[in-house]
Amino acid sequence: MPTKIEKDAYSGTDTTGHEWDGIKELNTPLPKWWVWIFLATIVWAAGYCLLFPSFPYGPGYFRGLLGYSARTRVDNEVAAINAARAASLDRIAALPFEQIRKDPKLLELALVDGRLTFANNCQPCHGPGGQGRPGYPALAAGAWIWGGTLADIQTTVTHGIRSGDPNARQSQMPPFGSGALNPGQIQQVADYVWTKFYGHPADGRDVSAGAKIFADNCAACHGADGQGNREMGAPRLASHVHLYGDSREAIVSQVTTPRNGVMPNWNTRLDPATLKSVVLYVHSLGGGEN
Amino acid sequence: MSRIAKTDRQLREQAAAHSGALYASRVRVYPMAVHGVMRRIKWGVLIACLSAYYLLPWLRWDRGPLHPNQAVLLDLWNERFYFFGLELWPQDIFYLAGALIAGAVLLFFVTSLVGRVWCGYTCPQTVWTDLFMWVERLIEGDRNERMRRDAQPLSFEKVWRKTLKHGLWLAIAFWTGGAWIMYYVDAPTVTREFWTGAASTQVYAFIFLFTFTTYSLAGWAREQVCTYMCPWPRFQSAMLDEHSFTVTYEAWRGEPRTRGKHAGDAGSAGDCVDCLACIHACPTGIDIRDGIQLECINCGLCMDACNHVMEKLGRSKWLISWDTLARQAAKKEGRPAPLRLLRARSVIYIAALAVALVTTATALLTRHTQALSVERDRAPLYVMLPDGTLRNGYTIRILNKRREVGNYELVLPDFPGAVLAVAEWDLLPAGKLDLPVGPDQAGTFRVLVTGRPMHLVEGAQPVDFVLRNRATGETTTYRSIFMGPKGFSPAVQAP
Repeated sequence: MPTKIEKDAYSGTDTTGHEWDGIKELNTPLPKWWVWIFLATIVWAAGYCLLFPSFPYGPGYFRGLLGYSARTRVDNEVAAINAARAASLDRIAALPFEQIRKDPKLLELALVDGRLTFANNCQPCHGPGGQGRPGYPALAAGAWIWGGTLADIQTTVTHGIRSGDPNARQSQMPPFGSGALNPGQIQQVADYVWTKFYGHPADGRDVSAGAKIFADNCAACHGADGQGNREMGAPRLASHVHLYGDSREAIVSQVTTPRNGVMPNWNTRLDPATLKSVVLYVHSLGGGEN
Repeated sequence: MSRIAKTDRQLREQAAAHSGALYASRVRVYPMAVHGVMRRIKWGVLIACLSAYYLLPWLRWDRGPLHPNQAVLLDLWNERFYFFGLELWPQDIFYLAGALIAGAVLLFFVTSLVGRVWCGYTCPQTVWTDLFMWVERLIEGDRNERMRRDAQPLSFEKVWRKTLKHGLWLAIAFWTGGAWIMYYVDAPTVTREFWTGAASTQVYAFIFLFTFTTYSLAGWAREQVCTYMCPWPRFQSAMLDEHSFTVTYEAWRGEPRTRGKHAGDAGSAGDCVDCLACIHACPTGIDIRDGIQLECINCGLCMDACNHVMEKLGRSKWLISWDTLARQAAKKEGRPAPLRLLRARSVIYIAALAVALVTTATALLTRHTQALSVERDRAPLYVMLPDGTLRNGYTIRILNKRREVGNYELVLPDFPGAVLAVAEWDLLPAGKLDLPVGPDQAGTFRVLVTGRPMHLVEGAQPVDFVLRNRATGETTTYRSIFMGPKGFSPAVQAP
């Protein structure tokens, strides 16, 4: 609150009239050049508003005399990047995997492209990094149902599993609960699989009946030693990684009323270069086979 | 009072006359040429500073065929700073922090001892302003001639002198802006590219920018920069005390000032003859006899001006001198003048300076020529393989600061049985990895570690990644962790 404007005896300048505990502030005049620069910034701002997009009105906005648009600029930059990448993407589409892997620059591009494609399309089911979830195979563990070479993965990704594509991978776990086995037998075979292949303690249970049932009904596809059969898409049972989880209940459920999951065929959604990139990425997650 | 002397008093008169006005016109300062000790020191510092600035980019330094051969180069595009034999990576930026802290404390220390010598002698604003004033004097003459011509109506002589002056100023400013760019791009290359029109838009824009700032700040703004723009004069007084040497008027000897026929009369009159030479010589247009002021940059040119007059009048020189307030008070009372260079503040500044310098220098001298960082995969945290072993993924980044290919060996000594592999490399998994990194480059590898950890606690165990340069034997260790499920037993066998 201005109290009393007085003249400072030493400098001859007026005070501002403010006082804080006896300290008074001089109202020193601003240098004129400073004022001119301040005015110049206002003129600059006016010119800027005229040249660049500035004022909103009604449904739109004033677009500026230069016609500048950040959106257009981004679009142009994206188009330029795509044009620059086009040659490399064509090479990825054309070259066999072995040659792509021998070209570090090309491989780097493919792996980055593959990672982004995987995150947008595959991750919702297979999890980040291909860690898998119950019902959705782990891709990083090497527990392949249909094979883990680049060619195997490419076939699976291209045509899918039970996807309706004419070349899709097909397999069918029969519903043993619909008459082939009675509930007691299913419990027995589950005991056998859970202790023999899943590695859990038998706790004194006799699994010989289950072993017999397994040999008669399951071994044809899953193998007598539970190693599975990739030709038929029969999962390996003698493993620590299981499609539907590690529990005994999961075994009973899958034997009684099996779930037969569907993997889409990606040939209708991804272009060849992107598809090969995602194959290379999945192969690099840790489970890839040569 | 003469007409010329009157114009110098404009500052104060204007303040009085325009009391209450919101804006003040700048009062032009016409510094007078002086000769003497201070002026000679100032010329020496000016020549040294400008020579270093203009010539340093042209100094060559052999670093081999793959690296720039400019001694001092801030290569922002390739993310390398070169200072003679030193090459800094972006990761070394904290040396800059150390250097800046040491520089700031050194500035405080020097200021507490001898006042604003930085402002008066070495500040770029002072150095270029001084150079521009020299050019101005060369073409338009000394103070009186310049003032007379500025007061005259436009004439041919006035026009060509002004044109020549501004032309030379612009030339110097252009050279200054051009030299600035040479610290960021190779000097001979950018010089050739500039004149053939092949340089980048950035180069032309920055040269224009620094030409403009040099011309306007040293030619036009001058002391206004120190008075209105620079923060340093506002708080430098915090480093000063009564034992700091500053440019001081010996009021006890000079007052009462008298002029004319009474000048120097024995008895009442002081040594000051009020000739105003100190004011005329001042590049910021102040009267040092008013005491220490914010505008005073401590250049000491008023001493030379005053000494010249005192010498002619046969009186003792150094009526304006480097001195402390305490010594002046003692001299006034005839006591022996105390000299206290070592005060609490100087000891604190020296200690802080020593800590900053020793820390930075030690870090610089013991700096490593390789660095390792290990980033663990966050998803998945771990992968269990069909046979029950665990796998963790890591992104490993190796900085090879040497100028030859680095053949590195990566091992996990405290994880027996661990198998290492690089994803997407056709390598047999092994207990150790050979990772080559190009000269002066960073290498990134995605490494998969597979094994049966023996000491998982709460699903994690620490694991050291040890990197060894096969050629030099230098090792770097990075501690990360290896994760698995809670309750994992390494004894679990393959089904």
